[in-house]
Amino acid sequence: MKTGLQKFTEKFVEGLLFISGSITSLAVILIVLFLFKEGWGLFNETPVEKGSVIALNKSNPVQQLSAAQVKNIFDRKITNWSEVGGNNDSILIFSVNDITNFYSEAELGDSLQFVPQRISELMGKKSGIIAFLPTEYLAKNFEGRILPLKKITLKGFLKGKEWFPTAQPAAQLGILPLILGTLWVSLFAILIALPFGLATAIYIAEIADNRVGKILKPVIELLAGIPSVVYGFFGLIVIVPLVQRTFNLPVGETGLSGALVLAIMALPTIITISEDAIRNTPRAMKEASLALGATHWQTIYKVIIPYSISGISAATILGIGRAMGETMAVLMVTGNAAIIPHSILEPMRTIPATIAAELGESAHGGLHYKALFALGCVLFVMTLVINLTVDLISARKKYSK
Amino acid sequence: MAKDYVKKPKVMAKEVNLYYGDFHALKGITLSMEENHVVALIGPSGCGKSTFLRCFNRMNDLIPNTKVTGLVMVDGKDINDRGMNVDQLRKNIGMVFQKPNPFPKSIFENVAYGLRVNGVSDAKFIAERVERSLVQSALWEEVKDKLKKSAFELSGGQQQRLCIARALAIEPSIVLMDEPASALDPISTAKIEELIYELKSQYTIIIVTHNMQQAGRVSDKTAFFYMGELIEYDDTKIIFTNPKNTRTQNYVTGRFG
Repeated sequence: MKTGLQKFTEKFVEGLLFISGSITSLAVILIVLFLFKEGWGLFNETPVEKGSVIALNKSNPVQQLSAAQVKNIFDRKITNWSEVGGNNDSILIFSVNDITNFYSEAELGDSLQFVPQRISELMGKKSGIIAFLPTEYLAKNFEGRILPLKKITLKGFLKGKEWFPTAQPAAQLGILPLILGTLWVSLFAILIALPFGLATAIYIAEIADNRVGKILKPVIELLAGIPSVVYGFFGLIVIVPLVQRTFNLPVGETGLSGALVLAIMALPTIITISEDAIRNTPRAMKEASLALGATHWQTIYKVIIPYSISGISAATILGIGRAMGETMAVLMVTGNAAIIPHSILEPMRTIPATIAAELGESAHGGLHYKALFALGCVLFVMTLVINLTVDLISARKKYSK
Repeated sequence: MAKDYVKKPKVMAKEVNLYYGDFHALKGITLSMEENHVVALIGPSGCGKSTFLRCFNRMNDLIPNTKVTGLVMVDGKDINDRGMNVDQLRKNIGMVFQKPNPFPKSIFENVAYGLRVNGVSDAKFIAERVERSLVQSALWEEVKDKLKKSAFELSGGQQQRLCIARALAIEPSIVLMDEPASALDPISTAKIEELIYELKSQYTIIIVTHNMQQAGRVSDKTAFFYMGELIEYDDTKIIFTNPKNTRTQNYVTGRFG
């Protein structure tokens, strides 16, 4: 018989477990919600920072410009309004500093009090003008027309090919190079790590005698405990020069260097999980194979690997997940050029490295800040997909006896 | 009976001792078996009967720290000899395990496995042999339309008959069975026993069993093991009706074990 006190203690412990479980879940959900709330704010913004506007002459028929068009205009790659759907009129770029080219100091006033007025006049006079102005220089009866900019869209964000979040006047927020950089580096890391990892796992589980296994396994698990900045340092000092010399490159900080460092970092995950899967092969199944006259090797590749293939795939995908989210080591060795990669021997920039490198210098709540959060959401979705795939694979085939 | 003694023994063990580390698992076992006989090994759990069975295809090699002394002869050859090709030996000896243990492959590939690992690649030959083995193990009628399906879709009894078919496909002359029906229901058990009876004409069968009635039904000779020793080995009829040793008598009449 249970006494009242025992019952109470049981209920109390149950309650404690329930509370700690709910708090943890709630914290995770809140973090994800916060990430998406901050990130989603990006899609209500235009690519021009608050406090500045882009203005045109009133007669200019152009209704809207995209961030890329603005950038090309200010980079003087587009020089005629007809290229962006306007009249055949050459573009005159104007910013506040250029005012002295048009007016004398006397006309601007002693303490520059007439500047907004003069800018307004100028905007009215020149038909081909485009101006990038801080809002405090807008006169009350402004004679130009403030150009509404296209809002940033999810599609443009994901498919944009240029990442210049601090560019003036319009930030270029295209993350395709970052997504591709992440995928290239992770994929190559796995291509390098998988053969070594699988071979080591098979060796430890099947071939090595117990004593060797007992030494080797802790050493491999030790790899997982080394801080990633140490890997990055090692990569910078050893792998980067090695890659540079081997392929005779101008710089050694390439996707390949990152992939090599990540491969070493993903090895413990791949080895431990595959080894467990291989060890889980029932002894009876191995014996059945051997009893039919199969050699040890035939047994390994015809029975043991097919039996443990779901565990091995899970290990691989978890390894990819680890590689994708890894920040520090990659930041140190990949060169961080935000350009669409064409070969693994080019500098690349990954999503986590971008966030780590740029979040400190972005203004809280600003465009850049929101863009980095949105980038975090993209990474979150990528790793989520990977984790779901692991669950799917490990649930797919549960061989019963 | 006298004629039997003239026959060469198919399988022979002489003064076999086996140690797992410090544990003395088999103590000086000597017995011989004739061709086309079924020999049952009985005894309480841990008496060494399975260990003894595994001596004949050197399955004990897989367990670390195992040492075997004495002589084990199969077809007149010392199988523990250094020059013995173990894979070749195992090809000649089929084995059926306690629990059904099909490979994670199709029904067809399970039976074809032994042929494939032994270098047979002629598809027609393999298909014929697979069919014949499945017919022999009385499974063909049940699986002929789903050979491509996973072996795990079969019932436990069917899986065990599949494992027998797999063992027969390599055309062994000896079949070792380690409690082949212990994990099965009575109907599947009856089928397996029937099968053993039919296979006797072509194979020498050594079967380990916990089930005394089963030993009585299927075997020609019975060996009673106790604590790593062979207590008594004789015709099954004698062991079950008139054993010479009192321990044997106590065991077969159910007084211990």
